[in-house]
Amino acid sequence: MNIRSKRRLVNRFALGLSLAAMSFGLFWLCWILYTVLHLGLSGLSLALFTKMTPAPGSPGGLLNAIVGSSIMVGLATLLGTPVGILAGAYLSEYGQRTLLGFATRFINDILLSAPSIVIGLFIYAAYVAQVGKFSAIAGVFALALIVIPVVVRTTENMLLLIPNSLREAAFALGAPKWIVIMRVTIRSAKAGIVTGVLLAVARISGETAPLLFTALSNQFWSLDLDEPMANLPVTIFKFAMSPFSDWQELAWAGVFLITVGVLALNIAARVFFREQAKS
Amino acid sequence: MNIGIGGAPIREGAAARALTMNLPRRKKSSAIGDIVFFNVSRAFAALVLIMLGGIIVSLLYGAWPSIERFGIAFLFRSEWNPPVERFGALVPIYGTLVTSIIALLIAVPVSFGIALFLTELSPTWLRRPLGIAIELLAGIPSIVYGMWGLLVFAPLVSEYLQPFVTSTLGQVPGVGALFRGPPIGIGLLSAGIILAIMVIPFIASVMRDVFEVTPRMLKESAYGLGATTWEVVRRIVLPYTKVGVIGGIILGLGRALGETMAVTFVIGNNNVLNTISLFAPGNSITSALANEFAEAGQGMYSAALVELGLILFLITFVVLALSKILLMRLGRHEGAQT
Repeated sequence: MNIRSKRRLVNRFALGLSLAAMSFGLFWLCWILYTVLHLGLSGLSLALFTKMTPAPGSPGGLLNAIVGSSIMVGLATLLGTPVGILAGAYLSEYGQRTLLGFATRFINDILLSAPSIVIGLFIYAAYVAQVGKFSAIAGVFALALIVIPVVVRTTENMLLLIPNSLREAAFALGAPKWIVIMRVTIRSAKAGIVTGVLLAVARISGETAPLLFTALSNQFWSLDLDEPMANLPVTIFKFAMSPFSDWQELAWAGVFLITVGVLALNIAARVFFREQAKS
Repeated sequence: MNIGIGGAPIREGAAARALTMNLPRRKKSSAIGDIVFFNVSRAFAALVLIMLGGIIVSLLYGAWPSIERFGIAFLFRSEWNPPVERFGALVPIYGTLVTSIIALLIAVPVSFGIALFLTELSPTWLRRPLGIAIELLAGIPSIVYGMWGLLVFAPLVSEYLQPFVTSTLGQVPGVGALFRGPPIGIGLLSAGIILAIMVIPFIASVMRDVFEVTPRMLKESAYGLGATTWEVVRRIVLPYTKVGVIGGIILGLGRALGETMAVTFVIGNNNVLNTISLFAPGNSITSALANEFAEAGQGMYSAALVELGLILFLITFVVLALSKILLMRLGRHEGAQT
């Protein structure tokens, strides 16, 4: 075999493997999505949104878990977003070359990928163990700590995309720096910052580990932030691990809701990002 | 409040300074606004660092009884016995490492192939949708993978994959022992495979981004000399992006080590280590925490679990820091070249 056809053969082989790898990756995506859609859709009913989580063997829904999750995710986003946006603004507008900026950026990127279960442990040790009981507010704290790094990272990136001429124009009109940041820089990066918030919401909607020993879960209806609160991920965990088939069905329906919600949020985040990139 | 620091933001904007000098009446209020805004945003940035400190201090504090009692032997003892309060971390550490290694063995070549496909092979119109699909896969919460793994994947593993592997790889002398045992579907191997599916999107998207850093000029020069696609990747792209590729792999490792739900569902939650078989149910640090912590109460049991969490955090911190440094080096490299 001459050298040229050997090179061509090696090339074909490598590219064939690459195609196989791509199909392998997509194969799992399709399989998982198919299972979730198939089993989730069949579990979908009105009762899912109107009834409480049942005891095994009796009919019920996921109402308390859905409401509990929405409350905790909402509060955590409200708590984490302003902190994340302001910290991101600091990194982009003041801290480009400062030691604090460098350290924050580095640590933030590590916290972004740090195991979320450790965040749960932290809130347990710092709050739950001190107060002496599991509570929804502890879950909110844990989720908020996961929101912050996501929002910091995207806010900084988006603010850096804003051209300097815009800032300079505002300065030339006599605006003080903080007004420039709030009214000009952040405002023109609005769509990009929304991207970050949506990604953060998507991230925490499915988080289970940090809730396991903060908010715990609740079989019953409770809106008291000082008590354990039902939430979708922990309920799914409990129901899926159980041997009862009706609980498992509810778990599939719950997983369906979470997956669809998270995918929708991710797609929405993309739309906003494209808007930002366009402007 | 320190005027020197508080004044810094004003000093940065030459235009603003010029203006505020000409407008003495407005100077004061805008200066106060600047000082307040600067310090508040700086405090929030510092909060990220305080978070890290808080995590380490609180875990150390919570784990202290266990650290004091078991010392360094905690890392090497396999006994995990809550009733008599004797704890060792060997089984969960072993489980965490083995599942992560299995995950990387599968995920690294596949992710490399996907990144290669997305950057060099795919028709242009397919690149975006496929790239998005891979990124969406990364967004799916891990509980979905875990539940799918337990209820759909594990039964198939026990019925088809494990008997097949036992009858082939299991017969090889030496390594065969890894692949023998009762085919119950849940265990280290299944957990490793589920983890692999989870980290493929992370590693693949980092690798793709990293490959795209390679200057077009370099690649086209090689193509111009008659190199094949594979040769361009092997001789130009890979050497150029080596650091970043390793950074991406290590990022995937960091994710795999700390992943909780995908592992907890399928690893089997068994604290006994009496076989090297990968079919055997085991425990990882994260699954031990997820399953046992809420019931552990406040004594030595909970301290031992917190120490597990501390160990996990320290390992992932080092791994993620390493990955970040490598990816930053690639970024600098890129800056120097263009």
